[in-house]
Amino acid sequence: MSGMEKVATNTKSSVGMSEKPEGYEGIGFFATSLEKVVGMARKNSIWPLPFATSCCGIEFMATMGAHYDLARFGSERLSFSPRQADLLMVMGTIAKKMGPVLRQVYEQMAEPRWVLSVGACASSGGIFDTYSVLQGIDRIIPVDVYVPGCPPRPEQIIDGIIKIQHLVETESLRRRDSKEYKTMLNKYGIE
Amino acid sequence: MNLNESLIDQTIAPEEKQYSYLNLGPTHPATHGIFQNVLKMDGEIIIEAEPTIGYIHRAFEKLAERRPYNQITPLTDRLNYCSAPINNIGWHMTVEKLLGTEIPKRVQYLRVIIMELARITDHLICNAVIGVDTGALTGFVYMFQQRELVYEIYEEICGARLTTNIGRIGGFERDFSPKAWEKVHKFLKEFPVTLKEFENLLKRNRIFMDRTIGVGGITAESALNYSFSGPNLRAAGIDYDVRVAMPYSSYEDFDFIIPVGSNGDVYDRFMVRQEEMWQSLSIIKQAIDKLPDGPYHAIVPEFYLPPKEEVYNNMEALIYHFKIVMGETDVPKGEVYHCVEGGNGELGFYLISDGGRTPFRLQFRRPCFIYYQAYPEMIKGSMLSDAILTMSSMNVIAGELDA
Amino acid sequence: MEGSDQEKVITAIKEKYEDEILHIEAPYNFLTITIKKEKVVEIIHYLYNHLDTKFQFLTTLGGIHFPEVNQIVVMYQLHNLVNNQRIRLKVYLPAENPVIPTITGIFAGANWLERETYDFFGVIFEGHPNLKRILNVDEMIIYPMRKEYPLEDQTREDKNDTMFGR
Repeated sequence: MSGMEKVATNTKSSVGMSEKPEGYEGIGFFATSLEKVVGMARKNSIWPLPFATSCCGIEFMATMGAHYDLARFGSERLSFSPRQADLLMVMGTIAKKMGPVLRQVYEQMAEPRWVLSVGACASSGGIFDTYSVLQGIDRIIPVDVYVPGCPPRPEQIIDGIIKIQHLVETESLRRRDSKEYKTMLNKYGIE
Repeated sequence: MNLNESLIDQTIAPEEKQYSYLNLGPTHPATHGIFQNVLKMDGEIIIEAEPTIGYIHRAFEKLAERRPYNQITPLTDRLNYCSAPINNIGWHMTVEKLLGTEIPKRVQYLRVIIMELARITDHLICNAVIGVDTGALTGFVYMFQQRELVYEIYEEICGARLTTNIGRIGGFERDFSPKAWEKVHKFLKEFPVTLKEFENLLKRNRIFMDRTIGVGGITAESALNYSFSGPNLRAAGIDYDVRVAMPYSSYEDFDFIIPVGSNGDVYDRFMVRQEEMWQSLSIIKQAIDKLPDGPYHAIVPEFYLPPKEEVYNNMEALIYHFKIVMGETDVPKGEVYHCVEGGNGELGFYLISDGGRTPFRLQFRRPCFIYYQAYPEMIKGSMLSDAILTMSSMNVIAGELDA
Repeated sequence: MEGSDQEKVITAIKEKYEDEILHIEAPYNFLTITIKKEKVVEIIHYLYNHLDTKFQFLTTLGGIHFPEVNQIVVMYQLHNLVNNQRIRLKVYLPAENPVIPTITGIFAGANWLERETYDFFGVIFEGHPNLKRILNVDEMIIYPMRKEYPLEDQTREDKNDTMFGR
């Protein structure tokens, strides 16, 4: 974190804090728009669902480990139940046999939900240009952020999570009910 | 369960009993990898299990028929991705057997060091995950920190962390740098301390022993009938290890014991893998002490890239460089089978070459695929949490299961 | 495997099944015997029990497709763990109708290996308890490892065949 300052003789803390949203401040109150507050709260507490199928799953385990700690971004609690998850992280090759399962998991998630496709296999089929591998999960579900790599380094996965955080923070509260979002879901055949 | 239900239960005749079906589905937090088991259960006891695999079938064998020999190494990485260097080096040895090349001693010793490091990482994950499935999450975090040390060693040698594509047909692309040796020594100093701590957490722990002794056992005759190999077979009592039975890459020069269990249950598998990690550490130390000097690659001009100075000045080297990169090298005709001791057992490569630039048929003898067949028999009559523990103690890696 | 051990194995088989053997060779010092299909199970059972051979471990089982002669080979590899001998048995089957008896009665580990060979090549194993596809999707109608079928998914439109694969 480049914003940290050393604790010297002044009393400034060395822990970086989240940016305050723009608003009007006074004694005992702070007025800003609801979207900004909700965005800030959501972005710092994303509960991921790790849908780990192959080698990228091991790199995810390394990302969750102590060295590259993903929990400091708010993802302390992994949810394996789609009903309680915000972010679907698809890591690893998705074969055509697994496609319907992935689709069912995505449909069980509640709005607002985001999808992060980690690795070359999930993004586009990767090195497996074969009859049994789905050439990218964006053929069956809508994807927000793609992380390339085979497997991507933990720093790249964290970069993907930071981009998701940016999307979460700046999303409008009306987006999920809008006509454009519904047409996009209809393109995938999801109601 | 209220009082009425318990009364109804007693009056039902056994033939009319109803069983419930539980789908331990492809996506499940406790199954490490994606495979499905439909369990027929009587309350908490499992009567029957029907496994379904193939959810990550990537058609390796057909893909290998299209790729030249150098380009198959990244495919072998993704078989048992927890210990990728063993797969890579096994494949290189198969091609070297087909070509009939003689590998220098130094290359063999360096390969042994890398394969034993990979074996340690594979057993680390398996044992840590057995701990997690009984509820002991601390061991997992400590062990993954140690895996980072090994990742750093791989990065110094070949540039990648997990799917390493390490070495070349004929040896290595460069000798190990002093930084790599520094990291290996650091690992050898720090890892035994953590391994001892991890072992003390679980080895004589009352709860762990109660949960794992007598669970998911298999007899030696049954294990042989199902073609088990590797730590699972050794835990059942048979001391078959490819490194000792058919020594390859100078394993006969090293002094190590093969740990053997007696019951074949989860505790025995945990202890066999634990002891194998100590033996691997000892092999690495012996290899470093006895490391001979010499070239770090064999003379295989059709497969080993020539140095760049020669490529720019020498016509032959230029032609070899072009042919290797474009994958146009032809291989002699032949039919060869080579096996190495992978993290899970005997990993075999059956290669038929018809003289062209790609294999005619390449079959991977994958140990996970063969011993997972015994899983329904091993969990019959046990409870659901024991079934989860049995699965994680068998170290089933989905990439190797489906290929 | 030493030459004398190989001789012992060949003698043991020739004692009873001389006319089932079609070809004997040893590429890279690995004894390989091609036999006829009718008595495969008997021969493997005999090798399981015979004192000189005792091949009681099934290493692997696989199929090979030769499109020029229109035949599919089923290859068995057996291993004797005690004195460390290996043997490979090959059976040639016609590609239009590859049928062969199953060896799951002798080796329980052959169950999934035979299912995999059925899935990839279409070889029918008579007497198998559960012969259905194992790795591919159940609705698939072709046998993908045969040489006439392509590797890539033919319905994909985002990859340019001039750049990918050959």
